Amino acid sequence: MAMNSERETESRTPVAEDPLEQGFWDKIRDEIRIEPKDWMPDAYRKTLIRQIAQHAHSEIVGMQPEGNWITRAPTLERKIGLLAKVQDECGHGLYLYSAAETLGVSREELLTALHEGRMKYSSIFNYPTLSWADIGAIGWLVDGAAIVNQISLCRNSYGPYARAMVRICKEESFHQRQGFGIMLALAQGTEDQKAMSQDALDRWWWPTLMMFGPHDSESSHSEQSTAWKIKRQSNDELRQRFIDITVPQADHLGLTIPDPELKWNEADGHYHFGEIDWDEFWAVVKGGGPCRRQRIKTRVDAHEKGQWVRDAASAYARKHSSRQKAA
Amino acid sequence: MTQESDQWPLWEVFVRGRRGLTHQHAGSLYAADAQMALENARDLYTRRQEGISIWVVPSNSITASSPTEDGSFFEPAADKVYRHPTFYPIPEGVENL
Repeated sequence: MAMNSERETESRTPVAEDPLEQGFWDKIRDEIRIEPKDWMPDAYRKTLIRQIAQHAHSEIVGMQPEGNWITRAPTLERKIGLLAKVQDECGHGLYLYSAAETLGVSREELLTALHEGRMKYSSIFNYPTLSWADIGAIGWLVDGAAIVNQISLCRNSYGPYARAMVRICKEESFHQRQGFGIMLALAQGTEDQKAMSQDALDRWWWPTLMMFGPHDSESSHSEQSTAWKIKRQSNDELRQRFIDITVPQADHLGLTIPDPELKWNEADGHYHFGEIDWDEFWAVVKGGGPCRRQRIKTRVDAHEKGQWVRDAASAYARKHSSRQKAA
Repeated sequence: MTQESDQWPLWEVFVRGRRGLTHQHAGSLYAADAQMALENARDLYTRRQEGISIWVVPSNSITASSPTEDGSFFEPAADKVYRHPTFYPIPEGVENL
């Protein structure tokens, strides 16, 4: 079931006439990281800017569905845990914007592109959080899927992106445990609590699987990203890994994954599963998610309403520095 | 529209851990001035008590050796093996050398 994409890449490493380009491909082949001042193909640079920035935007927008429940967390412990998680997501966004900026793009350009709808973020965050159990489901499933993807990305060819992934992975595992802990408390609670946790699982399972993207055969970028070693494993491989890890966790919770075709296959050692609703997938990716407009509006409002803070910081710095000069 | 905050300088952040002897580079951030950079660095890079000391340095104050010059810039040291103690054999039985 697993594609041996890495071995295929080795046999296809190109030979270039230009010594700088050859140097680039030698580094890729030898697993030496590409760093900001190294020569790189223009298309590699552009692809990375887009991918890293969209990853950063996802972290920032992702603060919204979870931030939604901070004021309604059931206990103080849950509240401070959720606050810490959302704070982490903001930090992750920053590490990723920093990595993108090493490629020669400014924060202002990236935020403007997001606000004007020219850059995307992960569509999973365009779904609403309808109950407290959704916070558990997001931590367990959405962060879980992100971890699988991010562990793979720790080996990507661009140094700053890979290092950002390592830092993020360290912090992300608390997020998933926190989510699982919430699901466990609910699933083992009252009948109403158990029903609420099952309902959250029912709504978040398939969108989480969609996070891994289309089948690689349907993805126009996969082949080039694999040759550049930005992508180290296929979408389907990562999705399968996530499912294999998560099904036993759902069993432990005593909850049912909403896929009647889900079944362990002894022959290949994987869970076989039903087909994703690709119509829904493409509709949401193209901007049809229920909360998309709200997410962007909230983001733009936060940016604009925070202008006075940035202005105050600038004014203070100016005043302080001119006082120092005068002294 | 370009704001003043789009022109804030970039700062590099170095953190020394509780049991560490030296500051390690942790990342970078934009801030209006040094105090803001320090406070933001604390909030960003020491949420889990990673450090007990933070330095912030304007990025354009840093001069770095070039990655492509790695080899030639450092070459003189590569063939000076006599700088290492292991180059000097000591007869058996001699101690504290």
